[in-house]
Amino acid sequence: MQSSFEGRRSVLTKLLVGWTTLLVLPALYVVGRYLVPPLRKVAEVSSIIAARLSEIPLNSAKIVKLGRKPIIVVHTQSGDYRAFSATCTHLGCIVEYRGDRGGYFHCNCHGGEYNLNGKNISGPPPRPLTPYPVTIKGEDIIVSNT
Amino acid sequence: MHLNPRRNVIRNRVIAWLDERIYLASFQRFLQNKLVPNHKYTFWYLFGGLTLFFLIVQIVTGILLLLYYKPTPEAAYESVKHIIEDVPYGDFVRSVHVWSSHFMVGTILVHMFSVYFMKAYRRPREAIWLSGFVLLLLTLGFGFTGYLLPWDTTAFFATEIGTEIPRSFPLIGGAIMFLLRGGSEVSGETLTRLFALHVVILPLVVLLIVGFHLLLNQLHGTSKPIGVPEKGPPIAFLPTFVRRDWLTWLVASVALIAVAIGLPWGLGTKADQFAPAPIGIRPEWYFWSLYQTLKVLPPRVLSFSGELIVNLVLVLTGVCWWLIPFLDVNAARERRNPWFTLLGVIIVGYLVTMTLWAGLS
Repeated sequence: MQSSFEGRRSVLTKLLVGWTTLLVLPALYVVGRYLVPPLRKVAEVSSIIAARLSEIPLNSAKIVKLGRKPIIVVHTQSGDYRAFSATCTHLGCIVEYRGDRGGYFHCNCHGGEYNLNGKNISGPPPRPLTPYPVTIKGEDIIVSNT
Repeated sequence: MHLNPRRNVIRNRVIAWLDERIYLASFQRFLQNKLVPNHKYTFWYLFGGLTLFFLIVQIVTGILLLLYYKPTPEAAYESVKHIIEDVPYGDFVRSVHVWSSHFMVGTILVHMFSVYFMKAYRRPREAIWLSGFVLLLLTLGFGFTGYLLPWDTTAFFATEIGTEIPRSFPLIGGAIMFLLRGGSEVSGETLTRLFALHVVILPLVVLLIVGFHLLLNQLHGTSKPIGVPEKGPPIAFLPTFVRRDWLTWLVASVALIAVAIGLPWGLGTKADQFAPAPIGIRPEWYFWSLYQTLKVLPPRVLSFSGELIVNLVLVLTGVCWWLIPFLDVNAARERRNPWFTLLGVIIVGYLVTMTLWAGLS
């Protein structure tokens, strides 16, 4: 038979375990929530002046910011302007434009390649680059958010 | 040689004083009674001690670097440049820190595979293997988290890729990436997070587990490979094997200093998240096998993404490797199983082949 002393001690232990649990669980929740960074509100940018026409010579490209997104604006060998997300769809590196072989986008991280329509044509990228509309207003190249 | 009697008395008194308080003589007796098996593979036992040596170098040089390093995107690159260019011996201290991290990964890998092939993980040393594998992962974590700290272009894109890799995991992948980066992209938040991991969280966890690992190693003693004949009587850990460790540490120090002076670790251009990844960008050599696998795998394999396949294989292989002591039931009965040896050879072969492929391409 359990003595009254042992019984009291058992109850006391249970109370201590309960109290500790009541403290530890919310503490873990607080730490867990603290680790998740708050989402930053970024003002939505509908369009930007990416460059002046003279800034991107024929068969070259420039990387610009559209909000927080890197966009690559290319002046193709045929003379038109196109814009795509500059983020490689494989593992997120920034692609570069290469003017040989008729022009294409290359990612130096794992050798992924995209054609001038943004389509993934070689290497590990699983998806095409997202295109962005380009309009020319006077001397300005305007890139709009899709 | 005889000690001066008076000095001997003082020495004995000091030892007695310490023994009463911190059990010094008991500890010494314990170490003197520990024996290291003497056979043709005894040499490989030195790599555990070497890893510990490089960890100590990491801690000392890391503390020194902390005195000047500033973990913000605005100041990180400049502070590392300041350490290299202005601080007396700063270039040397940083080079020793970086090179010893490379040596540490090398020795921990040799240590792990030597333990594997000698089947030192078998009963009753399972917990030593389990804690050792966690230490390997934490060491790779040290390498990964420390890589971004100089905030140069290579570091930036390596972190971009490294934090993007878990994303392909269904359900939790995005959350892991978000937590690691402290947001949706690599930024100043990522730098402070990885800095906290590198200088506080990982060192604390590593020191705890290293203590546990070493304690168990002392309690269980050194394992002897199955069926390997002994060359002679076992070697006393104290002082004979400790002297061998000591000599190895000295040789390693000379090699480390020579490499740090001869090949000082450089610093690239400052990170620009809107610049193309530079040509020839690659992670550190110990991630080359993973890098090359990601590079050669097609975008889709049986309707699954290439990264998901790599992640799944990596996690499953890692878990099986971790649980080897419980899978190799023959080893627990002191019987050799050639299939497990073959598995080890295949894994080493794969890692070496992919690493060489990445290095030569």
